[in-house]
Amino acid sequence: MKGKRRIALLALALLLGLLVAACGPAPAAAPPAAATPKAAEPTKAPAAAAPSQKGTIKVVSVSPLSGAQSALGEQIKLGAQLAVEKFKKPIEDLGYTVVFEPQDDQASPDVGVAVAKKLVADADVVFVDGHLNSGVAIPSSEVYKDADLAMVSPANTNPKITDRNYANVSRIVGRDDVQGPAGAQFAINELKAKTVYIIHDKTAYGQGVAEFFRKEAEKLGAKVLGFEGTEEKANFDPIINPIKAANPDVVYFGGIYDQGGVLLKQMRDKQVKSIFIGPDGLDSSEIVKIAGPAVVGAYYTTVAGPPSAYPDAADFAKEFKSKYSKDVESFGMYGYDVMRIGLVAIESAIKANGGNKPTRKQVSSAVRAVKDFKGITGTINFNSKGDPTVAKYFVLKFDKAEYPGSVVKTLDVAAP
Amino acid sequence: MVNRHSISMPFSGGKAPPWARLVGIILYIAITFGLAYSLEDILPRAAEIPLTLFESLAFLAFLGSAMILYYQPIPKVAKLILGILVLLLLMPALGLRNGYYLEVATQVGIFAALALGLNIVVGFAGLLDLGYVAFYAVGAYLWAFFGSTQAGLVLTSIKDFFPLGGEWFFLFLCLGVIVGGLAGILLGLPVLRLRGDYLAIVTLGFGEVIRVMVNNLDKPLNLTNGPQGISPIQRPPLFFMPLLQALGFDLEPRQIYPIYFYLLVILIALIVIFFTRRLDDSPIGRAWIAIREDELAAQAMGVPLVRTKLTAFAAGASFAGAMGVLFAAKQIFINPESFTLMQSIGVLAMVILGGMGSIPGVILGAILVTTLNLQILKALSDWLNAMRQAGTVLNLGFIQYAMKNLPVQLEPAKYERMVFGIVLVLMMIFRPEGVLPASRRKLEITANRETPPEAVSATPPVTGGGE
Amino acid sequence: MQTETVAPTRAVSRGIFSSQMLRTLFAPLGQLAIWTVGTAVVLSLVVLLLALIFRTSSSGVDRFTLVLSILPQVIVDSMVLGFVYAMIALGYTMVYGVLEFINFAHSEIFMIGAVVGAEVLISLSEAKALENFNPLLLILLIIAAGMAVSGLVAVVVERVAYRPLRNAPRLVPLISAIGVSFFLQDLVRMLESIWRNAFYRTYPDVPSFSQRISFGDTLDVSYKSIIVVVAAIVMLLALNYLVGATKIGKSIRAVAQNRATASLMGIDVDRAIALTFLVGGALGGAAGVLYGLRFSTINPYTGFIPGIKAFTAAVLGGIGNITGAMLGGIVLGFLETFGASYLSIFTEGAFGAEYKDILAFGILIIVLIFRPKGLLGEVVGERA
Repeated sequence: MKGKRRIALLALALLLGLLVAACGPAPAAAPPAAATPKAAEPTKAPAAAAPSQKGTIKVVSVSPLSGAQSALGEQIKLGAQLAVEKFKKPIEDLGYTVVFEPQDDQASPDVGVAVAKKLVADADVVFVDGHLNSGVAIPSSEVYKDADLAMVSPANTNPKITDRNYANVSRIVGRDDVQGPAGAQFAINELKAKTVYIIHDKTAYGQGVAEFFRKEAEKLGAKVLGFEGTEEKANFDPIINPIKAANPDVVYFGGIYDQGGVLLKQMRDKQVKSIFIGPDGLDSSEIVKIAGPAVVGAYYTTVAGPPSAYPDAADFAKEFKSKYSKDVESFGMYGYDVMRIGLVAIESAIKANGGNKPTRKQVSSAVRAVKDFKGITGTINFNSKGDPTVAKYFVLKFDKAEYPGSVVKTLDVAAP
Repeated sequence: MVNRHSISMPFSGGKAPPWARLVGIILYIAITFGLAYSLEDILPRAAEIPLTLFESLAFLAFLGSAMILYYQPIPKVAKLILGILVLLLLMPALGLRNGYYLEVATQVGIFAALALGLNIVVGFAGLLDLGYVAFYAVGAYLWAFFGSTQAGLVLTSIKDFFPLGGEWFFLFLCLGVIVGGLAGILLGLPVLRLRGDYLAIVTLGFGEVIRVMVNNLDKPLNLTNGPQGISPIQRPPLFFMPLLQALGFDLEPRQIYPIYFYLLVILIALIVIFFTRRLDDSPIGRAWIAIREDELAAQAMGVPLVRTKLTAFAAGASFAGAMGVLFAAKQIFINPESFTLMQSIGVLAMVILGGMGSIPGVILGAILVTTLNLQILKALSDWLNAMRQAGTVLNLGFIQYAMKNLPVQLEPAKYERMVFGIVLVLMMIFRPEGVLPASRRKLEITANRETPPEAVSATPPVTGGGE
Repeated sequence: MQTETVAPTRAVSRGIFSSQMLRTLFAPLGQLAIWTVGTAVVLSLVVLLLALIFRTSSSGVDRFTLVLSILPQVIVDSMVLGFVYAMIALGYTMVYGVLEFINFAHSEIFMIGAVVGAEVLISLSEAKALENFNPLLLILLIIAAGMAVSGLVAVVVERVAYRPLRNAPRLVPLISAIGVSFFLQDLVRMLESIWRNAFYRTYPDVPSFSQRISFGDTLDVSYKSIIVVVAAIVMLLALNYLVGATKIGKSIRAVAQNRATASLMGIDVDRAIALTFLVGGALGGAAGVLYGLRFSTINPYTGFIPGIKAFTAAVLGGIGNITGAMLGGIVLGFLETFGASYLSIFTEGAFGAEYKDILAFGILIIVLIFRPKGLLGEVVGERA
């Protein structure tokens, strides 16, 4: 049996060895342990080399980095990364090494919670920029709450996120229960829609905003001809056929552009002429690429103003593009702003703590204390729940097949 | 199965006398525990040193000590004491030091129990079930429904009863077993006439049906709250709190709950292990194996096909049901995203990776897959990322590579699943029978090989096997 | 693999145009037509009957006119989806017929075809060469590109991940296939994000494909739909010829029937299996291209859902049976589209399009209970 046993051990060793080897030249890192730090030293920023003695501060982005939603999750990560690279200096000057750690939650609540527990266990982690999905953020923030770890969401619009009144959980985006009704008011009051047909993507986000849209539309007296959810990503034929038969004035889509763009394109292909409206999930240059000329005439509501509304955003977009050679989307902008707020809060928390490393609780309250933060997505103040006090909502329209659309209407809405 | 140790005895340490083994295993436990506990103090902090990776490997080795212990021919009492020491004392101690260890250990326990349940269906009875997670979902939603205000939305006349108090949790744990088993029978009755891959696709369909239903049953009657998920879900009460305080432990609930859930999971996992072992050796277990090996022959020998298969289905499903209840309480929040086909496949991968039909193998499979996904791959990508940010230059002797030149497209965190895929393929190629195969299956595989590789020819013929 | 008859093997020696030969080649076409029309008629009658019984909804809408008005469009859409499923299902069924295992990675082979097609079209469109191309040639080019790459990847996957496991228990290659599936998804994503810096790919608009034939308000058929159906039928005929009437097909069938005996008869088993993967992969690739062309947006994860559906279709038709896979695909396409289109009309939104998979799987379960070997399945033989 000796041979067999050896094989078992060998297989185990092989497996572990592979793990270490699979992602690159790991073996090299171990032997020249003495050599590599030397090699690393000169490449470090000269400013950081001197006072960097007081320890490490880790700031984290958590978003899906694998799977189909990673296109969105990566925007958050890249935005946050850029923010850290640009604005970590003040904290490093206070004597800390700032480390940015991107984490992958795979858009799954289980993995999200596991990552949250991992972050909580690492005492250096003081700030979380995440998550993308409300369905992941809700259970994960329960974990953060137990550790008072500050989480600011760049994407979660679900009311539940802040309605729990956790002191450490905030967001800089709007709420579904504001955005959905805003879309409905626009559709019915401005576009004079009498009948609406609502489609959503069966996610916490899409269905949430669609339901708020429906409630408001019914209140305003419009007739809801249909309310359908679908997880389908490609083949919308069977959804569109009843829409065509119903011929509504407005089709509202609660969801994200990867579905919305395809739905829009296939709708137009099938000669459905209804006006198309969606929430900020459609706010991406990708929708133009996906839908092509079909995008013309479509509306979307968003909290992130276009660069024309925020001059800073244009510079940021340029920098983002030059750095990562891809266009920034709204989640990239939010991810960036969230991380900047985090860095500002950490800096003030360190100062308030007499230069010592702040506790997580101190960082959490410093986040809430951030006043009139001028971000590229607007000026941000938090209310007691962690919502931005006044959010500006824009309604934009694609006049031509070009992103972003032009602003049709601007609303200032206080968080409920 | 007279003597399960006679054939597969990995980690047995040759012909060493029992006392040497005892000393060896104690040393092993001490060293791995010590490493997992104190690596973060020992190792210098530098981006080049993959601290968390080493930590998670040490932790994996520590988790493995329970496995190794199992195989040691040392006195039962010593085994028991060491086992209790490892599971009930050292692990929570590690958990207090680093909460993530405990989370991983808890997940390992949950998945081990799930994998053991699936092992009954796939490994013992040979029925390929691709929708196993459906039963897990049934259990989870059972408690989520009654353990939150959700039930009050439906049963409006007795709304004030809900959410049920945390103490009901234990009743629902038992109910989870029953309801899971019932769901297994309900699915099994119509479909168990099917064979092989027809059964696989029907179970896959069933898994999807359950997921789509929980995703959509927020109308016409709001049973599951759809994609929004249900929260908050009640947790079991800390009835021992006064006792702890009397003993002088002044811990907050948020510190106790992880340990509490860990202990609950371990308890249930042990019960599951106990049952599967008994089942494995029982007449019904033999009937399952007979069906797996040859349905026609088994039927001819008088094994009632449908009933036997149904028991396998029900037994497997009931474990999943109970684990689901626990999962809901642990997570506080559940939504349909946790019950996708990928979850079923993950559990199946644990069963097959560890060794179908082999109880220790399946547990090891759960340990490997869970730590790989939750710890090792993440630690690996964190490390590569840290090196990149610190601007480390890798020195391979012949080539030097500055990590910061790594393009963002190759962000290590993005390729964890890819590495997992590679590991799966390699494992299957180099060890198709699993890491710790069941003795019977190993014989079968080696005998089936038309051209035995060196690995097999090196093995002396097995005499007096475990059959 | 179960094909309808073994006769064509004799026919080959008597020349390509013998009547028996022709019958073998085109019999599946007839069967296909009968099943397509039959499914369409049965399902249409069912919905129309239901609409007549429950004629007025609570909000006063006349269901019958509503159902009738979209019916032609629903039938056309069902056919398009059905043929796409049929083509993917063939890959599953061929591999299953020969090796008796579920090639989980086939959905990724399909996806690779779709991505390759997109990249070829995008490159052409970026080079402004799209307008100058003969539309027919363009179609052939992208399909051929998709087929070539997908077929090749399928063969490589077989060589690397399945061949070493040929004698392992049934579930082992399944897990290996799952591993390959993970790997290929992220590999494609990696390559795409390095090359294009994005991994959602959209098929550019080809003006000549975007035209449509309109039949009044009720029916509106795009050229793309016609391309999908015609290309699928041509492929199916070609496959039928390949498997039923050539030496290659003969060797594949022989290996499917009994590997050991085939090997004793001098057939190179490895080669036959590799050929099976090549053919199945190429068909999957072609299906990917057609899918992308019709539904426009793809990403490295698009393969998963159609893959599962196509596998269901293969089982529905009787796995291992080539004609069965085609019919299964078509029936599934019809069921799904009808379900998604009409469920919410009949239940007034209580059960909407999201239940289409439940409907499809429910019918699958019912079919399997009454016909445990699928619609056309013959006894595949006992497996351990």
